[in-house]
Amino acid sequence: MSSKLTFRIGGIHPCDNKISRDCAIEVLPLPEVVYVSMAQHLGAPAAPVVAVGDKVLAGQVIAEPAGFISAFVHSPVSGTVKSIAPRADIAGRMVNHIEIVREGDEWAEGIDLSTDLVTEIPADRQFCLDRIKNNGVVGLGGATFPTHVKLNPAPGSKAECLIINGAECEPYLTSDYRIMLERTKEIIVGAAIMQSVLGGCRCVIGIEENKPAAIKAMRAALAELPYEGIKVQVLKKRYPQGGEKQLIDAVMRRQVASGALPISVGAVVQNMATALAVYEAVQKNRPLVTNVLTVTGDCLPVSAQHNYLFRIGMPLSYIAQVAGGVPEGAAKIISGGPMMGKAISNLDAATVKGSSSILYLSEEATRRKPESECIRCGRCADACPMGLEPFLLRRLTEAGDMQGLEAASVQDCIECGCCLYSCPANIPLLDHIRLSKGQVMGIIRARAAAAKAAQAANNQK
Amino acid sequence: MTNIIIWTIAILAALGLVLSVVLFLVAKKFKVEEDPRIDEVEAVMPGANCGGCGFAGCRAFAESAVKAGNLDNNYCPVGGADVMSKVASILGVEVKASAPKVAVVRCNGTCEARPRVNEYGGAASCKVKASLYAGDTLCQWGCLGCGDCVSACKFGALSMGPATGLPVVDESKCTACGACVKSCPKGIIELRNKGPRSMRVVVECVNKDKGVLARKACSNACIGCTKCQKVCAHDAITIESNLAYIDFTKCKLCKKCVAECPTGAIHAINFPVLPAKKVEDKPKETGNEQ
Amino acid sequence: MDKYLVSPNPHIHTSTYTHTLMGDVCIALLPAIVVSVLFYGWSELLILGVSALSCVVIEWAITKFLLKREGRFCGCAALVTGLLLAMNLPPTTPWWVVVIGAIVAIGVAKMSFGGLGQNVFNPALVGRVFLLISFPAIMTDWTVPAGFLSGVDAVSGATLLGRYAEGGVEAVQGVDYLQTLFFNIGGSAGEISALALLAGWVYLLVRKVIKPWITLSIFATVAVVATIFNLCDPAQYTDALFNLLSGGMILGACFMATDYVTSPMSTLGGIIYGIGIGFIVMMIRFFGSYPEGMSFAILLMNMAVPLLNRAFHQRKYGRA
Repeated sequence: MSSKLTFRIGGIHPCDNKISRDCAIEVLPLPEVVYVSMAQHLGAPAAPVVAVGDKVLAGQVIAEPAGFISAFVHSPVSGTVKSIAPRADIAGRMVNHIEIVREGDEWAEGIDLSTDLVTEIPADRQFCLDRIKNNGVVGLGGATFPTHVKLNPAPGSKAECLIINGAECEPYLTSDYRIMLERTKEIIVGAAIMQSVLGGCRCVIGIEENKPAAIKAMRAALAELPYEGIKVQVLKKRYPQGGEKQLIDAVMRRQVASGALPISVGAVVQNMATALAVYEAVQKNRPLVTNVLTVTGDCLPVSAQHNYLFRIGMPLSYIAQVAGGVPEGAAKIISGGPMMGKAISNLDAATVKGSSSILYLSEEATRRKPESECIRCGRCADACPMGLEPFLLRRLTEAGDMQGLEAASVQDCIECGCCLYSCPANIPLLDHIRLSKGQVMGIIRARAAAAKAAQAANNQK
Repeated sequence: MTNIIIWTIAILAALGLVLSVVLFLVAKKFKVEEDPRIDEVEAVMPGANCGGCGFAGCRAFAESAVKAGNLDNNYCPVGGADVMSKVASILGVEVKASAPKVAVVRCNGTCEARPRVNEYGGAASCKVKASLYAGDTLCQWGCLGCGDCVSACKFGALSMGPATGLPVVDESKCTACGACVKSCPKGIIELRNKGPRSMRVVVECVNKDKGVLARKACSNACIGCTKCQKVCAHDAITIESNLAYIDFTKCKLCKKCVAECPTGAIHAINFPVLPAKKVEDKPKETGNEQ
Repeated sequence: MDKYLVSPNPHIHTSTYTHTLMGDVCIALLPAIVVSVLFYGWSELLILGVSALSCVVIEWAITKFLLKREGRFCGCAALVTGLLLAMNLPPTTPWWVVVIGAIVAIGVAKMSFGGLGQNVFNPALVGRVFLLISFPAIMTDWTVPAGFLSGVDAVSGATLLGRYAEGGVEAVQGVDYLQTLFFNIGGSAGEISALALLAGWVYLLVRKVIKPWITLSIFATVAVVATIFNLCDPAQYTDALFNLLSGGMILGACFMATDYVTSPMSTLGGIIYGIGIGFIVMMIRFFGSYPEGMSFAILLMNMAVPLLNRAFHQRKYGRA
């Protein structure tokens, strides 16, 4: 087949450390109590539709979307709603949670719990979209953007290529790899569903070269299944290959303009786990209440590493306990990969749809060394996959020069961390750039709003 | 030889003459009319360009004041009444009386009172830390201790207390420009009236959590128990979202609330009975009597 | 509960740090240093030692006592400056001249601009040029001291370029290029062996410490300019190979011009910077009064670096 592809600007090659790659997915036992966050997705937090004391079944809707960009939330277990109150998330910030005390494990009606593969794709596009929406499917690659919105592009834009993101370029994480091996056919059916919803565009499943078994399994399954226009594309091992914009560049050789959506170049990118969630939502009417999470780290013995099928709302500390407790040498606990994941300050926080790992890193691997002088080596600029100049952005941030920052495209930063990773002087480039990015984005939005208001006023005249 | 010298001088003189005429004409034609009072006002300003007045610098302050013709929107917190009366006399207007102010840190979550539950390892900036997470203590409201206010202060009036991990205001240097107030992502620092002989009563806490949570996070926290509100005879104390606030325009410095507070969140500052030394240090500081 | 760390992403870091980069440069200089000590003996070792030591001590002292920035001292960077300065000096330079050079290099050219990362000019070259102007006799005395290998006893030699500047093309006729490649007696430590220097340069490339573009563009420009002049008038101008292998060309192009701080950030900027250096050095060699112009060429182009950084940027994503 075709040669290995990759994106054209920047990038780094961290050691991939996929220690837990051979750990098969295990199903976690259910805890007594779950805490379901209302902020499971990008956009407005969902609004609870149950009251304290209500009996709920697993898979039953417990919260509704509260805006265009928002999603349904379903109960992960059957039981009684004990409270609806703010609870600290992984960063210690208060978010509304529904606390459910579990009683047995009974599922709501109309949910197909069988494991038979259903390959026949419903022809009705709206039916598929409704199922995806009503089952609360969101993108599981990190941003948790509601999937039905992404699969329903604005009129006038046409999807040319659906890219299924199997890069899993973050070191340590193996959850996508495991589902690629264990749920291969379901993922392909999920991809085919999205392909048909998007109007029959071509579909590319992009997998990095360090997962040969997954590539082989995918190709074998594709040969057995009756779908057309789906192919596996091998990608070079390089971070951040799984970044949406980088993946589009790698697969389609097109670049999304600053501020534009991927659909503007005809691309729709969905994650592996999302494809699986779409399959379950459409073919089995199963809401998104489960996902796969990796328990891993450099200070965790291989025997203690796991890939777990968890239900949302399980406290991270519960999962850590089941996995054998926090290891001795852990200095930092991270939710997500070591490049873009979030450090956990509150291990009692509950898992959400997009949880992908509990990563224990040792002091040696993760503590930042003291900052020193910039030697202008330009490594940050070489590493930046957006072609920005982090050293310059930092200096402009220090000077508070918002105009300069905007001209230097700080708003294009994808916060991948390549600059800080590669800085030999340990300068916290991204920490500062992220702040000024937020400020500049605010200015850009305010300007757009003002322009819109001015135009509206003109039209009225 | 002499010829050469004469010619040189002549040519140079002619060149000078021609160019000076050109310069004169250009200056006349392109002259920008500017109110001379702008320069006068700028001359009496402190010249720190600190931005405490809300303008880009002293020049911008002067331009705006002269353009408006009054001082309704202009107040220089650094120069205070002194500078403002000079500016007013230049503009020929009345100056509004304004009580001198001082920056007050409203957090007493010392390392001892507010135990750390994790260790922050990112860039040493409160803004970065605040945007990342709730903080390294159980109190998500209080001081983050990275010293953004210290680096924002152009007058060297702020420093981090080594033992407490909290910013300390040097009242003799503080000009109440408000730069620290803007720099604090948690909104802990407030500009309050300096008070007679710098005496103030302040709730040194901004925790809006319920009493139990606040107490758990910090032993010096305000728990919103309303005792102070009840004991206050001057209606100076309001309680909103489990947090007491003393209105410095109403407070009569009776200190009843200080004794009443169960957690010691209310502090009486610069009163002679308490650290008597502090007042002796600054004998000249006499604020406006209200 | 233990206190776990919390920080923004990323949570891992590459194993390359400032001191490892500078250490790699020192390692890359080793072959040339070994060759120079073998041929020039104790006196060369003394120069290297004095220069390196005084650079490190001066930088440490200024960082600690004048700038009061403790913990920000990078000894490896000062060591690189010290070694480069030593390799630019004649083997007979007295030790006190070396110390003066180190003071100017670190104190004036580097620390007065704000220290590591802030200097406009390459410190080692400023030190060398200062010495060249202040002590012209010492700095052009190419007496060859007794080495460990050569067995030559203190002969007075002149560098190839010195001979060319004095006597024109005839003076350097019949030069054995193979010899310049391996060991070329006469000249500073950095002029002895082109091959040793190139080996160090290749090491830097392999370790990804520097990119090859600046060096290659200098070489290419020098080759082109020399060839054009040589074709026009072979009796007056030397050819490309002679110019590439003689003098401080290789040391300058591989180690001095590629200094991070004083070279442009972008690849295109670097290429233009290299072309500038190559052109200026050939102008000085062919038309200037100094026999060698590498130091001046690099220092002159150092001045253009801020401008080049402003003019040439990375290729940005999505902005074709």
